[in-house]
Amino acid sequence: MSKHFLPLVLGAALGVAATSASATTLDDVKAKGFIQCGVSQGLPGFSNPDAQGNWTGIDVDFCRAMAAAIFDDTTAVKFTPLSAKERFTALQSGEIDVLSRNTTWTMTRDTSLGLNFAGVNYYDGQGFMVRKDLGVTSALELSGASVCTNTGTTTELNVADYFRANNMPYEIVAFEKADEVVAAYDAGRCDVYTTDASGLYAQRLKLTNPGDHIVLPEIISKEPLGPVVRQGDDQWFNVARWTLNAMINAEELGVSSENVDSMMSTDNPGIKRLLGVEGSFGENIGLTNDWAARIIKHVGNYAESFNANVGPDTPLGISRGVNALWSDGGVLYAAPIR
Amino acid sequence: MSVLEQDSAGAPARASLLNDPKVRGLFYQFLLVSVLVATGYFIVTNTIANLERQNISSGFGFLETTAGFGIIQALVPYAETSSYGRAIYIGFLNTLLVAVIGIFLATIIGFVVGIARLSNNWIISQIAYWYVEFIRNVPLLLQIFFWYFAVLRAVPGKREKWSLFDTFHLNIAGLRGPKPIFEPGADIIGWVLVAGIIATFVVRRWAKKRQDETGQQFPVFWTALGLIIGLPVLAFLVMGMPITLEHPVFNDTGPRLRQGFELGVGINLIPEFLALTLALAIYTAAFIAEIVRAGIQAVSHGQTEASHALGLRNAPTLRLVIIPQAMRVIIPPLTSQYLNLTKNSSLAVAIAFPDLVSVGGTVLNQTGQAVEIIAIWMIVYLSLSLATSAFMNWYNQRMALVER
Repeated sequence: MSKHFLPLVLGAALGVAATSASATTLDDVKAKGFIQCGVSQGLPGFSNPDAQGNWTGIDVDFCRAMAAAIFDDTTAVKFTPLSAKERFTALQSGEIDVLSRNTTWTMTRDTSLGLNFAGVNYYDGQGFMVRKDLGVTSALELSGASVCTNTGTTTELNVADYFRANNMPYEIVAFEKADEVVAAYDAGRCDVYTTDASGLYAQRLKLTNPGDHIVLPEIISKEPLGPVVRQGDDQWFNVARWTLNAMINAEELGVSSENVDSMMSTDNPGIKRLLGVEGSFGENIGLTNDWAARIIKHVGNYAESFNANVGPDTPLGISRGVNALWSDGGVLYAAPIR
Repeated sequence: MSVLEQDSAGAPARASLLNDPKVRGLFYQFLLVSVLVATGYFIVTNTIANLERQNISSGFGFLETTAGFGIIQALVPYAETSSYGRAIYIGFLNTLLVAVIGIFLATIIGFVVGIARLSNNWIISQIAYWYVEFIRNVPLLLQIFFWYFAVLRAVPGKREKWSLFDTFHLNIAGLRGPKPIFEPGADIIGWVLVAGIIATFVVRRWAKKRQDETGQQFPVFWTALGLIIGLPVLAFLVMGMPITLEHPVFNDTGPRLRQGFELGVGINLIPEFLALTLALAIYTAAFIAEIVRAGIQAVSHGQTEASHALGLRNAPTLRLVIIPQAMRVIIPPLTSQYLNLTKNSSLAVAIAFPDLVSVGGTVLNQTGQAVEIIAIWMIVYLSLSLATSAFMNWYNQRMALVER
């Protein structure tokens, strides 16, 4: 068990009394000068520290975008790596301000855990990876397989559902840390590695011979991944939700980090509202009116973040697919800024 | 009472109540208890209030909800449709299994190494010395990782195997062996075994009494062997051999995924269990070895000499003089090691063995009931430890020096 797990739980039980007396999360964050952002313990493309210790990934970009909106400074973020098991307790206890850690939006999590999902920044689905030499081409041929996965995830439940629904016996080996799952799968402990499809592509890079493994075509679940905040602070929830919406709207309106300055003088009213030239949308959520312009200038729009971290030109090589804008045949659809 | 009255009568100029040490003592004890109760009350109410304010549901009702996840090793029937409570129970049984087998192995290895350290043979004592020094100075978690990840890579893959007598098979998916299948009539063998054990105790008691009275010895060991092993074997043959062995099935043809051992045929000790139990037993044995050595060395050499002077040979000297006295020194610290092993078994979570902490953690994450799960963890480990302590204390009292 992680060393800071028990303090987290005690914090959840006791420490909240301290924060309840103080102001809103946004005021707290402004006062301390940075956002405490919960991320994964290392998932390439989503949240992963590079050789210099800088965090990168689309989940990291979301936190940097929030920092840009609030502080006009993408470095005003501190990252807390969390295991799947620790993440919600860390958020509940106030250890982190926002959880941006490839977390699936489910009803239980949204309701009985005291959390709110601010939106979806990646539409994922659970897949299976196997060794090529098994000669398996479909997940329906996996009867009798042993399956490696992470504990405390929706993945663990989906795989149970899938094998049960298809009447296939299986054996589950569930580890706490993703690195241990990869090591055990690589050692041949399991025939199958299952997690979100994006995660499979990311973790495949860590295997001894990535080329010896294939991801099966079946996607067995819906895994809408998104940032999470605590329930009961609508202002902070709005900042998180509209940071994400601003990035998606910026892509739809064709505003990117490269053209954001010249776009300031555009005639398009939608862009004017987005960039704060017209209206007072930023002030309404407790920020400055150029909040979205800051996000786009420092972090970029959704497409820039996607392409830089998980897109076709990265080692992960994931195409936009269902994560394309609704106008391009995907399901990415942000409420308009008006 | 009368003493007090006499005192007060003898000291008419009584000091004020404030300076009475007895009253003061009572006052401070009362104060301490009040503070403890108030703190406890504050913690409980504050926790409940906070959980409610954060809209986090609480209570133990979740234990009856369907779990929905699989567990690789279950000692009693479990399916994905079982409840969270059942899942936690499975985890508890797995913890218990690791603890019992770990303690058993650690005790044997520990006693052997401890005695080996005192051996006159230089090589044996040096091996024991380096075993102790090496094992107890490497962190347990690293040793578990070593057994799981390093040793795991050295054994054959899932589609090959190492076999011993064509009965026990080892590969990366675990150690497989034949599973006994009990057919009707097998229960009688079990009862005969129980009867044999009870009869052994009766015979032993009778033999001891007879020896005390007449000095005549009775071959208790051979009688016990006959009662405990001979009788059940006889019953097994009489009942028409109702226990058969189910051997693991190994496929080496067909689709590659199907090659290897079939799931659920024969007994399989999963590698997570093997790694955890071995690491715990070997680690704890290093400490037990030191305790055993200390215990034996605590018995003065004069005892041996006195025993020899009475005409006892080496073996009876060890069995009747040295070990009973050494055990009095060994048992209390041995209890601590047993407790350590039980609690260290929670490191199972690192290598995917579904023990109480691992399964409880999964339940915690699926339901978000952190406070309740932590409470269950603490209560279970506390109960396990207290039960172990109680047993060892009882045993210690039996072994303690009887003062006449």
